[in-house]
Amino acid sequence: MADIQTKIRTKTQGDVTDVLVLVDHPMETGQRPDPKDKDKKVPAHYIQKLTFSVNGKEVVSSDLGPAVSKDPLVGIKLKGAKPGDKIQVNWSDNTGKSGSGEATVG
Amino acid sequence: MKKILMLLAALGVVAGTMPAAMADPASDLKQFQAFFKNKFPTVAFDEYSNGLYALPGLEEYREQWTISNEFPPYELGLSLGKKLWETPFKNGKNFANCFKNGGKNIAQGYPYWDEGSQKIRTAEMDLMDCAKKNGENFSFLTADLSKEQGPRVQLAQLTAYFYSLSQGQRVKIDVSSPGALKAYEDGKKYWWQRRGQLNFACANCHMDLAGKNFGGNQPLSAALGHTTAWPAQRLEWGRLETIHQRYATCNSQVRAKPFKHGSEIYNHLQLYETYMSSGLPLTAPAMRN
Repeated sequence: MADIQTKIRTKTQGDVTDVLVLVDHPMETGQRPDPKDKDKKVPAHYIQKLTFSVNGKEVVSSDLGPAVSKDPLVGIKLKGAKPGDKIQVNWSDNTGKSGSGEATVG
Repeated sequence: MKKILMLLAALGVVAGTMPAAMADPASDLKQFQAFFKNKFPTVAFDEYSNGLYALPGLEEYREQWTISNEFPPYELGLSLGKKLWETPFKNGKNFANCFKNGGKNIAQGYPYWDEGSQKIRTAEMDLMDCAKKNGENFSFLTADLSKEQGPRVQLAQLTAYFYSLSQGQRVKIDVSSPGALKAYEDGKKYWWQRRGQLNFACANCHMDLAGKNFGGNQPLSAALGHTTAWPAQRLEWGRLETIHQRYATCNSQVRAKPFKHGSEIYNHLQLYETYMSSGLPLTAPAMRN
């Protein structure tokens, strides 16, 4: 989905690179009552899989769930990333939507 | 005791000037800023732009705030605002065409007195007028902004981007014309007037109780620098919101009936608060508690 934003930011200190990802995602648990109709629930809509890859090679794969907050911020620490390395993040949610973002280590 | 006396003195001054037709904003400003200088002698003037995080005793909040500023969540809303600002209208123009200097470095002069309409105008009003004039029909033009969150947040995102174009500019507004002076007086009266079941005036919490907690764990910010951060994203809300929405929620927190979004009294209050923050750099959008 192009209309959901995925933002990535990297920061290198020594040989450790911090990679932070911010996804504009509602992360609905499926438990919240619909504000317009109290008998219904807002349908669940949350990220299930979020992966990080460096230069096309997957380095981290994480399973997120409904317990993660709205607009999640996920971070990893990478050892030995070189300037110019491409970091890609892919995610997919329970409704089949997916998104990705890319950043270059500076 | 000293603080109480000082507040009484400040209130007395306001009561003293109220009946007189001629208000003196410049001396009000001096007194207002001197109040905070006396109250928090260790806080540098520019630091007040950082809201409650500048105040002594709230260091833990500041730590958390500094970390969340590494990658602040308002960036999501801000980039939506940027997209809206840059997307051309149907007639080919965009928001930047409605403003002097393409909208850059002008937000420090808002809100301002408009001689034509004889009203105070805020950035939100100008942005809405710009869209209306160019024949656009965004949902925030017709919606009841007090009740409908979607359109209001969209307006807040747009305003946040407008303010972000002027980041670092020092607040400088003109209240010299008679109309502006009247609006200023109105805003000042609102600021010092007690309201609601809890019987608080704005000044009670944000001047003499600044830096302390309100009903548990709601830290109270100093009034100085309030307007420089808005539209802001509160942790509690998780979205960018306009300053009028903040005023409305502030009112209901003291159990007073809030006014409508965009109502004149809030414009006047915003004028008074902004004038009292004269000289501070704009930091909007920002994270707030």
